[in-house]
This record gives sequence, structure tokens and C-alpha cells, in this order.
Amino acid sequence: MEAIYQIIEGIIPFQWIQYDFMKNALLAILIITPLFGILGTMIVNNQMAFFSDALGHSALTGIAIGIIFGIADTNLSMVLFAMAFALVLNQIKRRKTVSTDTVISVFASLSTALGLVILSRGGNFSKYSSLLVGDILSITPIEIGFLLVIFVLTLAFWGFAFNKLHAVSINETLAKSKHIKVALIDNIFVVIIALIVMLSIKWVGILIINALLILPAAASRNISANMREYHAFSVLISMFSGVLGLVLSYYNNTATGPTIVIIAAIIFFITLSLKSFLK
Amino acid sequence: MNTIIKNTDKKNTDTKITETKNTDKKNTDKKNTDKKNTETKNTETKITNTKTANTKTTAPGACGLHCIKTNGIGVTIGGNTILENINLHIHCGKLTTIIGRNGAGKTTLIKALLGEIKHQGTISFQNISKHEMSDLRVGYVPQHLNIAKNTPTSVYDLFASYISNTPVFLLKSKKIYNKVKESLAIFQAQDLIDKAVCDLSGGELQRVLLSIAITPTPNLLLLDEPVSGIDRNGMELFYKNIQLLKENYDLAIIMISHDFEFVKKYSDNVILLDKTIKKEGTPEEVLTSPEFKAAFG
Repeated sequence: MEAIYQIIEGIIPFQWIQYDFMKNALLAILIITPLFGILGTMIVNNQMAFFSDALGHSALTGIAIGIIFGIADTNLSMVLFAMAFALVLNQIKRRKTVSTDTVISVFASLSTALGLVILSRGGNFSKYSSLLVGDILSITPIEIGFLLVIFVLTLAFWGFAFNKLHAVSINETLAKSKHIKVALIDNIFVVIIALIVMLSIKWVGILIINALLILPAAASRNISANMREYHAFSVLISMFSGVLGLVLSYYNNTATGPTIVIIAAIIFFITLSLKSFLK
Repeated sequence: MNTIIKNTDKKNTDTKITETKNTDKKNTDKKNTDKKNTETKNTETKITNTKTANTKTTAPGACGLHCIKTNGIGVTIGGNTILENINLHIHCGKLTTIIGRNGAGKTTLIKALLGEIKHQGTISFQNISKHEMSDLRVGYVPQHLNIAKNTPTSVYDLFASYISNTPVFLLKSKKIYNKVKESLAIFQAQDLIDKAVCDLSGGELQRVLLSIAITPTPNLLLLDEPVSGIDRNGMELFYKNIQLLKENYDLAIIMISHDFEFVKKYSDNVILLDKTIKKEGTPEEVLTSPEFKAAFG
């Protein structure tokens, strides 16, 4: 870690980089924002914005369950619960007996309420309120390590199975006729979303994590004509808003997550106005 | 029941790997020659369209030696019987049209044939000359795609997703690009390759989906109401393309259609469906039958 710190200090000439928490935050942003950009493309394509939002809310229940069972590291219970939550939701969605929107809404509100009830027992929810907004400056080197693992996992999945995932999102029956394992691909995809949302929720915050997943891809859609441009712009927009948001929040002394979201939203409106010229 | 079918299916694939590889090769070889044929034949087929449709001889592209049989296909969802006792017998080089009122189970039958929904009964694919069963490759043309407006998926992205593993978000492979273009050219859709899928007209999308469905060449091609949302000219072109497929490829076609004029003109066989097969035979037989009148008034 020390070696990495020294490299960062060598490259970046600004005064804020001398703090270790800023170096950690920068590293985390450099790892997680490209992931948000990549995953966002297919979340938006599949119209899953509501799904990923619900997943974020399930973090509360995950932490609550961890506390009930006395698990020391609530990260673990949070991740496990979110993965189960995502798979169950996917299963119900596939049955197609109820409208997807309704199912997700029911599950999201239930898990939020359950989490709030358990965490507010004894009247000390304020201890957990940082979860809602998040605090990137609190990220530790170990957590950066986790992010790196999920970064590699996601890239591997995208590299090996992106075409299949894309095919499934376009038409499941058609994908099936081409012998693509629809349910498996879809399940891996939601588990990866669950992992990333859970591992970044502590420093991004439940309230705005979805914006970071959706905005870069939504902005990129306005100016791209194929999958390559879509991904490239989405990753660029995500990383740019991430780094700029971190620096601006340092100088203005504001919360980092929301600052990043505002920048990404501004970029979205810029691309929206550029759309008519480019397409 | 279902698990048993699956198991035997698996066994088939295991033992028949070498066989399918061979046929694959043959198919691609064939395709190349076919393509040349189609290009030169294009004008010819237009003229002879109606004639060949009504004659009983097998098309030159189809060997006429493959047949697909379904035995007692039934689908029950949540206690409701949607289909029961469907026995089909379809030969390569033939176009079978399924007609029926709304809710008759037409789409369900297609999905059962694709193996997407659980069903009773069996589907077998037989090579008559060799007296052996082979694996059935099914091509499918859906009614519509789940692509919202403004989605940056080009025709290349769409096509390459089905035929290659080179991630389309990263690279545009020259080799695959040429292959896609070649396949699209069968239906005169090669100029659409760089267009966004969401901007295509109904007819254009139809031709792209047809080329995807026949790459690689399937044994059975399923078309689910392929002319909905297409104008008259587009429909004419589409039927010509189906005719072209029938004559130059070794495959059987099953199509759901509401267009009786087309049914009369192009199909070899018509099935009137309402939960089960109500009437089956040549277009004239079915379209003049009392069962047809009962269903459509």
C-alpha cells in the first residue's frame, strides 16, 4: 500500500493528495466508477433501474440481520443478504405472474422497513444514518482490496459473457433458440450488481447509489450509436464525474457521493442537448 | 416427463457431436453455394414463386429426407390446459402455417417447440435415409425485440452477440463483420449493418431477424406472426424471402399467420389450431372447411 501511495503522490501535484484518506478515496473511485459505467449500460438497457435501487435499500436489512446474529463484520451479512435478495427477486420476476414493478416495490419497501425497525430498536438509528449518505473518506485499504476483486470478476464476466448477456436482454426466447443459458447469465448479472452495490454503499450512500449506476450510461446513450461507444462514453463520464466530484467535495467540504451525482447529472443534460446534433 | 426428455436430449448431443460437426461443415459449404444461387436466382424465383408453392415436388435446396415429428405435445399452465395432444409431422422444404383465433395457443406451441416452456410429449427429428435421430436445431424469428428507443445497439452488435464470443462492447472484429454482412446480404439487408436497431423500420428489422435465425442454418425455422407492423410492400418482400429460403435451404418452416391471402398463396400445409389441431391439410382444404368457418366466421 505504501508503494502505491508514493506513486500516487509522485503523479498528482495537488496539495490534497498528501492525506492518506484522500489517496484511498481516489483509488476507490478509480476502481469503482469504471464498474458503475460498465454495469450501468446493461442495467439501463434491461430497464432495471428500479431493481438496482431496491437492491440498495436491501442493505439496511442485511446489516440488521448481521447485528441480530452477532456477526462482527456486517459487510458479510450485507453482501450475502443482497445476493439472496437479488436471486429471489429474479426468480419471481421470471414467473411473470405479477407485474415486475409491483414485485420489486413490495420487496424493496419490506426490506427497508425491516432494516429500519431492527436498526432503530432502542432508539439509536443515528448510529447508522451515515449509511444513507455514505462517506468515501472512511474507506480502508482492505475495502479497496474487495473492490479490486469485484472489479476483476466483473471484467471477466463482461469479457467472457457480454454477448450472451446482450442477447438475453434483447429477446429471451431468441437467445434460448441459440442455446444461451438465459437464467444462468441473468442470475450471474444480478449477483454482480448486488456485490458492487453492497461493497460501495458505505461510501456512496443508499440514497444516491442508483444515480451513480444509471446516470453515466443514460448520458452515454444520448451520444453513442453502438455498443463500443456506449461503453467507452459511459466509463469516461463515470470516471470523470467521480474524480472531479472527489476533488470538488474536498475543496467545498461537501459530501462526495452527492457531488459526483450532480456532476454526472449535469453531463447527462449536456449530452441530451448534444443528441440532436450528433445523431 | 420433462426431465426424461431432457436427459435423452443430452445423450443425443453427447454421442452426435461428430455428426453435427460434419453437418455444420456441410451447411456452411452449402450456404456459400446457396448464396451464389440466391443471387442469380433472385429474379427467377420471383416469377416462379406461385408455381413452386403449389407443386408437390421437393424444393431443390431441401433434401426432403429430414422430418420433424411431435408426439402428443401438451401444455398446462397453472391448471389451465393451453394445448393438448398436438401431433405434427413436418418435412424439410415445406412451409406449414398455423392459423387460429387469438388465445388459441399458437405462440405457446412455438415456445413449446423451442423448449422454452414445459410441455408433455416428445419432439423428434429424423433423417429418413439413415434411419437415425439427430439433434434438432431451431431458428426463431420473434414478434418484437426488447429494444427501447435510443438504445445504442447497432445491427452488427445484435448479430454478433448471437454468433460470436468476441465481446461487442470491446471490439468490432473484421472477420465477424464480414460474416454478418454476408448473412445479411441473403435478404438484401447488408446496408443496415451499421444502423441502430431501434431506428429500423418493421420490414428492415424483419429481414435482419431472418438472417439471424438462419445463421447457422437450422433444421426448423419458427416465425411468430412476422408481418405484424409491416406495410404491404414489406410484406410482399418478406414472403418472397420466405419462398427463397424454402427453395434454397434444407429446412422446414412453421409460421404463425393471420394473413389468409398469404396462407393460400405460399403454404404447403395449414394447421387450424384451437387448443388442439382442429383441421390440417392443404390451404384449400383448411380454408374451405367448416372448422375454419366456425373459428373465423
